[in-house]
Amino acid sequence: MLNSGRTYLGVPVSRPKVGFFDFSSCEGCQLQMVNNESTLLDFLALVQIVNFREAMTGESDDYDIAFVEGSITRPDEVDRLQAIRSRAKVLVALGSCACFGGVNQLKNRFRDLPWVKETVYGGAAVETDVVRPLHDVVTVDLMIYGCPVRKEEVEKVVTNIAIGKEIAYPKYPVCMECKANENICLFDLGEACLGPVTRAGCGAWCPGSRAGCWGCRGPADDPNMEQMKRLMQERGISEEMILDRLECFGGFCEFSDALRAEMSKENP
Amino acid sequence: MLFKVIAKEELKRLFELLASSHTVVGPVKTGRDRTGLPLYAFDEVERFEDLSLDYAMTKIPAKRFFLPYREDMAVFEMRKDDWNKKVDYNMDRPRIFFGMHPCDINALNRLDKVLMGETYPMPYYIAKRQNTVIIGIDCTPRPYCFCRSMAADTALHGFDMFLTDIGERYFAEILSDTAFNFLRLIKTAEPAGEDHVLYKKAAAARNERFVTQVDTTDLMKILDMEFQSDVWKQWGDKCLSCGTCSNVCPTCYCYSVEATVDLKLTTARKTKMLYSCNLIDFAEVAGAHNFRPERHIRLKYRYYHKHRGFVEAYEESLCVGCGRCGESCLAGITVPEVIASVRSTL
Ligand code: SF4
Ligand code: SF4
Ligand code: SF4
Ligand code: SF4
Ligand code: SF4
Repeated sequence: MLNSGRTYLGVPVSRPKVGFFDFSSCEGCQLQMVNNESTLLDFLALVQIVNFREAMTGESDDYDIAFVEGSITRPDEVDRLQAIRSRAKVLVALGSCACFGGVNQLKNRFRDLPWVKETVYGGAAVETDVVRPLHDVVTVDLMIYGCPVRKEEVEKVVTNIAIGKEIAYPKYPVCMECKANENICLFDLGEACLGPVTRAGCGAWCPGSRAGCWGCRGPADDPNMEQMKRLMQERGISEEMILDRLECFGGFCEFSDALRAEMSKENP
Repeated sequence: MLFKVIAKEELKRLFELLASSHTVVGPVKTGRDRTGLPLYAFDEVERFEDLSLDYAMTKIPAKRFFLPYREDMAVFEMRKDDWNKKVDYNMDRPRIFFGMHPCDINALNRLDKVLMGETYPMPYYIAKRQNTVIIGIDCTPRPYCFCRSMAADTALHGFDMFLTDIGERYFAEILSDTAFNFLRLIKTAEPAGEDHVLYKKAAAARNERFVTQVDTTDLMKILDMEFQSDVWKQWGDKCLSCGTCSNVCPTCYCYSVEATVDLKLTTARKTKMLYSCNLIDFAEVAGAHNFRPERHIRLKYRYYHKHRGFVEAYEESLCVGCGRCGESCLAGITVPEVIASVRSTL
């Protein structure tokens, strides 16, 4: 799909048809896409949006790239996601819910789902199951991390797709960006932070506002979880408090599940 | 060598005169840590009252005024079939650095050897280094400091003027015409015999405060012998590969480069970002092969660059012993302890 007459360095630029879709989520990631009006027109010149419930009426089943927000909690969502997958050439998981289950998956933390349902919805007939990230259901080609995603990052991905440039994310943790911003380390202030193990890319958003990282972007490459746990404990932060953070967005589920198992072995 | 003594209120006057016509950078207080100790940073200062000349140590070194964490190396204006490249060394006017400790001055001197050397001169650095006037100031060593072991406790060059607090006055050592001309703006005096005594007393008192030492005797040889030592694995198990040590280090200069294109497809940039050899992809090359996938190997190479490779090339270490990396490392990995463990005969 070419972008009529547009070139970059003399090479024609593609203008993919793009659809935005949402599943169980707060729709905050999609909102990020429309809330910066100053770049919106440039964004629209790069892609052709054919589906975006939050920003336009009308829809189409003809798209190249599907940006999918939200987690999967119901059987009908599984069907809808599979249909999107079958139409899209590239499926992008947009934001923490889509990548890891997000805040929604906190309910998986209670191993008793009927009880959760009863407590939250009372007797109302609501269909809701275990919360799953997209890649549990379909093949995901690309993940854009964050709760919410950063608009600049999505724009960068789209620009790179248009000109055929490789898409790469930081493999290092948030501390790198935090130090470059010259923030005071939260641990120096006696607080907790998951920055040493969380994938960078947010520009150390939370530490920049004097709040510790909760790991919304999931783990960096090869995170040293043992040391993370140890350093929190050395500073008097309890395992339960570490788990609060690790379990918040679902990106660290592998580690938090292991830590829970370890804890219940110690204190059955 | 030219010496002068300056009354404290005259130094304030000098600051005010300079700050009225120049960008002045110096140590300022930014808050307190959990134990109530003040935290310091280098920043632009307009009022003398905001300057903390008796600062302990800044968490982030003076490096970023010479090697910014992020810096555009080139901006490309994209035209239809070609482009126009604009290079800016990002130093629009001279700067005066008011109050730099000896370790940080020595750190710049060591960076000069690489970045102003003949092999790979780095114009972005040179532009900033040569357009910064440096006024050094003595310090009170903290428990983390081991600059003495690294021959970095005294600055011999690389600054314009160096101040030592001798009570009512500052004892000033003048190295450049610029500093000499600055001092003509205020009242100064020739040091008398009693000033020499006060200076020597201040220097001796400072020396007594060094508590941490690193034994560098034969360190190059020992590092060669202990290349396969288990201690590297032990330290590596703790390392978070977070890069903080390099970011707070006044002498780490490694960087990565990223090229980006804006949404309009009309501007492209080549941006450099300071990096660390402890980061997982530091030694990853095209084709995704990683020469150092293991934490302990990366950590080891950080020490080998600082305490072996650089020493071989320049006859001094690329560590000035400021202690910042150990103080900021959340895993508690400190240079004195790592070197001691490598030297251990047990
Ligand atoms: S505040 Fe968090 S992200 Fe920042 S340096 Fe400290 S641990 Fe790392
Ligand atoms: S600092 Fe952590 S929680 Fe905050 S936005 Fe970044 S990754 Fe997410
Ligand atoms: S040595 Fe410390 S500061 Fe450096 S990368 Fe490892 S954990 Fe981070
Ligand atoms: S290696 Fe550590 S102690 Fe040495 S100069 Fe760098 S930050 Fe300072
Ligand atoms: S190789 Fe490592 S230790 Fe050496 S300058 Fe680069 S980041 Fe610093």
